[in-house]
Amino acid sequence: MDHDATADVNAPHSMGTTIIGVTYNGGVVLGADSRTSTGMYVANRASDKITQLTDNVYICRSGSAADSQIVSDYVRYFLHQHTIQLGQPATVKVAANLVRLLSYSNKNMLQTGIIVGGWDKYEGGKIYGIPLGGTVIEQPFAIGGSGSSYLYGFFDQAWKDGMTKDEAEQLVVKAVSLAIARDGASGGVVRTVIINSEGVTRNFYPGDKLPLWHDELEAHDSLLDILNASNPEPMST
Amino acid sequence: MVSSQSESGLLSSEGDSQRTQYPYVTGTSVIGIKYKDGILMAADMGGSYGSTIRYKSVERLKQVGKHSLLGASGEISDFQEILRYLDELILHDNMWDDGNSLGPKEVHNYLTRIMYNRRNKFDPLWNSLVLGGVKNGQKYLGSVSMIGVHFEDSHVATGFGNHLARPILREEWREDLSFEEGVKLLEKCMRNLLYRDRSAVNKLQIAKITEDGLTISQPYSLKTFWNFGAFQNPTVGAEGSW
Repeated sequence: MDHDATADVNAPHSMGTTIIGVTYNGGVVLGADSRTSTGMYVANRASDKITQLTDNVYICRSGSAADSQIVSDYVRYFLHQHTIQLGQPATVKVAANLVRLLSYSNKNMLQTGIIVGGWDKYEGGKIYGIPLGGTVIEQPFAIGGSGSSYLYGFFDQAWKDGMTKDEAEQLVVKAVSLAIARDGASGGVVRTVIINSEGVTRNFYPGDKLPLWHDELEAHDSLLDILNASNPEPMST
Repeated sequence: MVSSQSESGLLSSEGDSQRTQYPYVTGTSVIGIKYKDGILMAADMGGSYGSTIRYKSVERLKQVGKHSLLGASGEISDFQEILRYLDELILHDNMWDDGNSLGPKEVHNYLTRIMYNRRNKFDPLWNSLVLGGVKNGQKYLGSVSMIGVHFEDSHVATGFGNHLARPILREEWREDLSFEEGVKLLEKCMRNLLYRDRSAVNKLQIAKITEDGLTISQPYSLKTFWNFGAFQNPTVGAEGSW
């Protein structure tokens, strides 16, 4: 394990979580699940992985909760100073680069993948993906976290350029919901944050209100309700 | 999940000291050839994350100053850092405002020093680089690896390109290739890499640098050929084989 560095070349770290960032004509939509796990236990089933950095820039955090939190705290602090010195809102690109500075120079110690998304008056809505290692890559949409493995094919097919705000948000909710269905490390509610010239909107989609996928059943209060319904299925052995 | 710090206890004191890292987001082969008017270079636009092809629009060919073109394979974050070093190098070169500008040979040497010195500190920039350019009519093409091994040649490649593209180039490269012939030759190599390199993606750029300047093509894809008789029913007479 120690000396054969090449043994790890084809084994990327998988990170608990599903996070998504999508641009649309006018801004960005960020989305995430809400499960924080320690091993097999769900430590927090309603976490908020979409974190504010400034009025107009938010990030989605994945990987180590501690690492992503400390990075976001530092970047928020730097961006705050930068905004004061600049005299106007920071750009999304600057925020992304600040995340890069921390992620890249501490690449041996950090284990966090981050999606930076926001709106500024120069470039409009922008999404930057910053995976492990500290590469910065500007994308029309970005996915991250362990749940994202199940979404590459979905986005290849479902992503379209020039979506409206509602189309983009529906896509994000559907995608996080699909990932939650298959990824054990993702679950809970779907949170979205929409950022555009008008401001920021937070939305909340509780787990029981998400669409049902293959092999999933309608939720009931009790079996008794099913048995007492008009056309009950007889209990079978 | 693997810890990225190797804790060997007795031998290393951790804390701030860096050790050899692991690459995360990587680019595959780069190929470069000299041709009649200058240098041609090709690289696909893939950024792999282990065995996943995670990014499909990564530009791995970049201009450096007036006279050089850099292509990189390996860890993309380290490539982005190298571009920043080169940015600073070119900036200071321009600030002399003396009419002189760094040529490809000098840039290649600078990169070699960076890569080798990092290797000596056991903290490499995990890249293999191809550096080409033309200055005062002189064509130059070289490569540098992550441990500082550097070559200068008429055709160079990184990674799989060394195994799959160089043999083709050894057979078919000539000093007086035209632009069209050079492009066709590079495409032959890139198609071969597309067939045989698992981390290759079918979206590439070809860049040309001559005395007159540099152009990087728009991204495009190559046709592939699968319609061979031998591919139709390869296991007839030997069911279960492959």
